[in-house]
Amino acid sequence: MNRKYGISSGILLVFILAISLFTGCKSGKKAPQEDEEINMPTDNTEILQDIKQAEKIFNALPSPLESAMLIKSAGAMFNENLLNPVSNVSTYVTNKSMALNLGIYTCDLSIASMYEQTQLLIDYMNAAKKMADGLGILKAIEQEDIDKLEENINNSEVIMDIVSQTFMNSNSYLEDNGQPATAAMVLVGGWIEGLYISTQLVDMKDFNGNKLVGRIIDQKLSIDILLDLLNSSKGNPAVEELIVQVTKLKAVFDKININTSPVRPEFDKNSNTTVLKSEVKTDMTPAVFTELSSTVTEIRNSFVK
Amino acid sequence: MRLLKTIPILAFLVFAYSGSVNAQCKAFAKKECLPELGAYTHDGNYHAAVLVEGEEAELYKTFYSDMEYRISIVGEDKLPSVEFKILDVNKNVLYSNKDKDYASTWDFRLESSQQLKIVVKVTSFNKPGDTPASGCVAIMFGFKLKK
Repeated sequence: MNRKYGISSGILLVFILAISLFTGCKSGKKAPQEDEEINMPTDNTEILQDIKQAEKIFNALPSPLESAMLIKSAGAMFNENLLNPVSNVSTYVTNKSMALNLGIYTCDLSIASMYEQTQLLIDYMNAAKKMADGLGILKAIEQEDIDKLEENINNSEVIMDIVSQTFMNSNSYLEDNGQPATAAMVLVGGWIEGLYISTQLVDMKDFNGNKLVGRIIDQKLSIDILLDLLNSSKGNPAVEELIVQVTKLKAVFDKININTSPVRPEFDKNSNTTVLKSEVKTDMTPAVFTELSSTVTEIRNSFVK
Repeated sequence: MRLLKTIPILAFLVFAYSGSVNAQCKAFAKKECLPELGAYTHDGNYHAAVLVEGEEAELYKTFYSDMEYRISIVGEDKLPSVEFKILDVNKNVLYSNKDKDYASTWDFRLESSQQLKIVVKVTSFNKPGDTPASGCVAIMFGFKLKK
């Protein structure tokens, strides 16, 4: 008797809480009766002060699509051998390896799209789909996305929209379903792949004044963002391993100096755009570049093995 | 014993509720924020959160000298205006949409690559006694190669 009573009161409690949770979603609207019963403060100052403490911080890494665009715009040549072969897909079975390689394959497919490598693009989209499916990311990349890709294979705008949308789907699914550590690993995988491919494409005979070298130096600006992103999931064993690897990479980036003059915003009426004017001086030596390149290669190889 | 049975169900309901709110936020971001990027290519990153009147969010991102960018920051209609400021690493304010009637987008390009900080704040309706309004705020970036 007691037991029966216990279960039904539990269900009743759950029911009441569920009702209050779901009705609570109508924020911003008054519930007059509750207003009379609950002693609300006369102004919102105290509430707002409490809320202010719950500040949200986002750390945004360059997306795989942006990394691919930077490589292409630096005038680098395409080299298929630098991509992670799609035949490796079946070897990724852990959550960590699937997350990292979802980022890696998304970067590879972004590069394939930039260089109009149509068959590769479809192969890499399928590889990314397998990683997303393995991670249980629902509807990130659907068969209809791949079909649409095939139908629009010569339309770069549609292709970039599909790539961007599928990345957003994975990224948002993980964030929204309480898996920020996995979401961070996807971003790390994509960023490391972009950096790895960039370093491999640098011709040492053409080091000074090489635009791609400039883009690689720029990645120093993102290394602290990357560490902050990982530190927000500290305690996760897979993330802890990545923090050790990225800290090693940061130590090499710290050998590069970037001196930027104060930024002066100026509005350009012709383009209706603000130009952030500033001058920059950097000093990466070929020796530091070689060290950076070997550190990135070591990290990337540990991701794709 | 009763409590042990109730907790997992409660946890599930809380999780399901937060998942539902987040899904709404994602749908809002796709429907209202993404189109604001116009001719710029969305970079694929997704940043959205439920914010309350007076609450702030910060975002850190590196922007590159080869690109032209558009930032789009949009809040749900039930929220008061959403203010955003762009700051450099020395905390100098480079842009504030408050001076542009809380415009939801800002287009810019850079002479040298920079890490910038974006501070987003939901302003207040200033209605004493009212429960502060809350709703989704989405932040998205679009880019294109500099002409």
